[in-house]
Amino acid sequence: MTRTVVMFTGLERLWHWSQALLIILLLLTGFEVHGSYSLLGFGTAATLHVLAALALIVVWIFAVFWHLATGEWRQYAPTTRGLAAVVRFYLYGMFRGESHPFNPRPKRKHNPLQAASYLLFGVVISPLLWITGLLYLGIDLWLAPAGLPLAPVALIHVAAAYGAALFLLVHVYMITTGRTPTTHLKTMITGREESDEAARQPSQAVPSQARRGL
Amino acid sequence: MMHDNVDAVVSWTSTNIVPQLLGGLSWVLIMSLAAPVQATPEILAAVDPPTADHSQFEQLQRDFANGREVTRACLDCHTEAGKQVRASIHWRWEYRHPQTGQLLGKQHVVNSFCNNVTTNLGRCTACHAGYGWDGPDFDFSDDSRVDCLVCHDTTGTYEKAPKRAGRVLQEPVKVHGHPLQPPDLGKVARNVGPTSSETCGSCHFFGGGGNGSKHGDLDTSLLDPPPALDVHMSDAGAGLECSDCHVERAHQIAGSRYQVAAHDRKGTGAPGQRRYAATCASCHGVEPHALGSDPAALYQGAKLNAHVDRIACQTCHIPAMARGGVATKTWWDWSKAGRLDADGNPIKRHDADGNLTYWTRWGEIEWGEDLEPDYRWFDGTMHYTLPDQTIDSSQPVPINRFAGNHDDPDARIWPFKMMRGKQPYDPVKDRLVYMQLFGKTEQAYWQGLEWQPAIASAMEAAGLPFSGEVGFTETRMAWPITHMVAPAEEALACGDCHAREGRMAELTGFYLPGRDSDPRLDRWAQLALGAALLAIGVHIGLRILFHRRRRHAE
Repeated sequence: MTRTVVMFTGLERLWHWSQALLIILLLLTGFEVHGSYSLLGFGTAATLHVLAALALIVVWIFAVFWHLATGEWRQYAPTTRGLAAVVRFYLYGMFRGESHPFNPRPKRKHNPLQAASYLLFGVVISPLLWITGLLYLGIDLWLAPAGLPLAPVALIHVAAAYGAALFLLVHVYMITTGRTPTTHLKTMITGREESDEAARQPSQAVPSQARRGL
Repeated sequence: MMHDNVDAVVSWTSTNIVPQLLGGLSWVLIMSLAAPVQATPEILAAVDPPTADHSQFEQLQRDFANGREVTRACLDCHTEAGKQVRASIHWRWEYRHPQTGQLLGKQHVVNSFCNNVTTNLGRCTACHAGYGWDGPDFDFSDDSRVDCLVCHDTTGTYEKAPKRAGRVLQEPVKVHGHPLQPPDLGKVARNVGPTSSETCGSCHFFGGGGNGSKHGDLDTSLLDPPPALDVHMSDAGAGLECSDCHVERAHQIAGSRYQVAAHDRKGTGAPGQRRYAATCASCHGVEPHALGSDPAALYQGAKLNAHVDRIACQTCHIPAMARGGVATKTWWDWSKAGRLDADGNPIKRHDADGNLTYWTRWGEIEWGEDLEPDYRWFDGTMHYTLPDQTIDSSQPVPINRFAGNHDDPDARIWPFKMMRGKQPYDPVKDRLVYMQLFGKTEQAYWQGLEWQPAIASAMEAAGLPFSGEVGFTETRMAWPITHMVAPAEEALACGDCHAREGRMAELTGFYLPGRDSDPRLDRWAQLALGAALLAIGVHIGLRILFHRRRRHAE
């Protein structure tokens, strides 16, 4: 028995996708600035990187305000309840065709593993990036040139950027692990998800239930 | 030739970029073009017409037998000019370095071209701003020996004799196939005027043995350059002459290669102030890049201005040396000089462009055009290796050297022509030597082709010891590059330096984005990304495998 629920509001989706585009642009231009490859030319890459970063900071300011004002920050509160079952599902259960042990609902959209990884991205990787990024930008533009050395700032920034790239890679793959490979993507685009009432409790997972996807 | 249509455009930019960047941020905030537009007033530099017409001066309505007669006529009115010129380096060829205390100037230094002036006077002093300096007894206090015309001629006919210590040409000669006529001194005197790239270039374009030989950024291509070669000196550009940057004060010309203004923080000076400086900043200011009106151009202008404290303007704005079609010497090996052909005659060889690549009198020469400069941190103070200093001949001897690094606020990254070669030295005393090349005596190398007497006579004349042994050591000499400024759109791009193997590859001691990294960080991070990709691949594989099995079972 299923029913359709609105999982992500328009505002959430706008936030997610603007952030996604900016982060991809930042990674592409950032690693060119780092010298990993040559694509747009250093000057264009650096300029786009700075402008995208400023735009992302604005997006984040709105997002932080929204999370605090609506209490949605609780979505990322870490928990170990059900974590083992989720890990077991990705390592074993999903190959056997089991249903996901976690049933998302608007009040708790993310499974424990997901929430932990978003929290890691939101409170460790992102702040490292924008703190070192602003210092990186500022060292030559308005901080004293002889003050903070660039090397440690740049290297922490690069290290955090590798972290963001790793997050993005895994995140994009995890999108494909829904009931069908495109279920999660569709939800993030339309905001709607078919909520499976029967599969709410992990113990009720039925291995023989027909799965349409992988 | 003079300033017909000088309209030098000087752009003035704001000094504080923080509000500008906040402006950029506000643009991002409201997603509209909100950054303030910079006002860039154009300042048209007018050229004063002269207040005197020399063709009407009574003193000049005559013929002159020689240069000194002309000078005496000049001094009738310009009573202080002789004294002023005599106090200048153009006259003394001598310079006490205010920082190092070294006694430098052409009289004293060794270079890696024709080595030294001492004992080669008559030839070298063809380019002296005076008449008759052919020996140690030359009277430096005699105003009438000052040559006014070599700098102030406007007719282009004033020819000095090539080997007669600066004296005016008296009879027609041919030099390297070019016929030269003795000048009509009266006519030249009645047509004097401001200096020009022609008068300055008549010496400075020909240093080091010929057109373009020495500097790499000074040759006859600058007489009528296209804007792409020199945006300042081109008539289609700013139409400037040398003296527009090399301003003078009492015949002392700004701009020195012994004490270079490597980092000019003063900029244009106070409004209306005339600064005694030949620096780029003295016209363009210390924040020369315009802040554009959209966020991207705003950031780029601010970022370029933020480079000014570490990068000399020349580094980006002179993308290559010797760009005007005139080659410059890059290697001069004196140790190969003196060879004769089977018949005992001197040998002369040229390359396809007509550049001399071997001459019995000179040795082996290499040339280059369109050369990428070398880049070094440079604090502006040149130290010279003089023949009274001990050298280490086991490695290339620096004829001149300088300090500078990332942590020195007075230093910036400058472009250099690094002249290389081999030249004689004293292997017993481990010193560079002076040598006599020119002269009628048998000691002169260009007469006898023997090094020992040529060096002995020059060292004796200089009062310096010489062991009598002659060796050859490799040397290098650094020539800061500052001319042949290209239009802005042909300046280096960011990625020319911000790259793994870019133009800054040799410079160390600072973190350069795009070039530098921590290899361990990159290795571990790429390993982690690779491991994640592998895990994803395995996971996908298992999903497909088990999915098929389940379907098969059904």
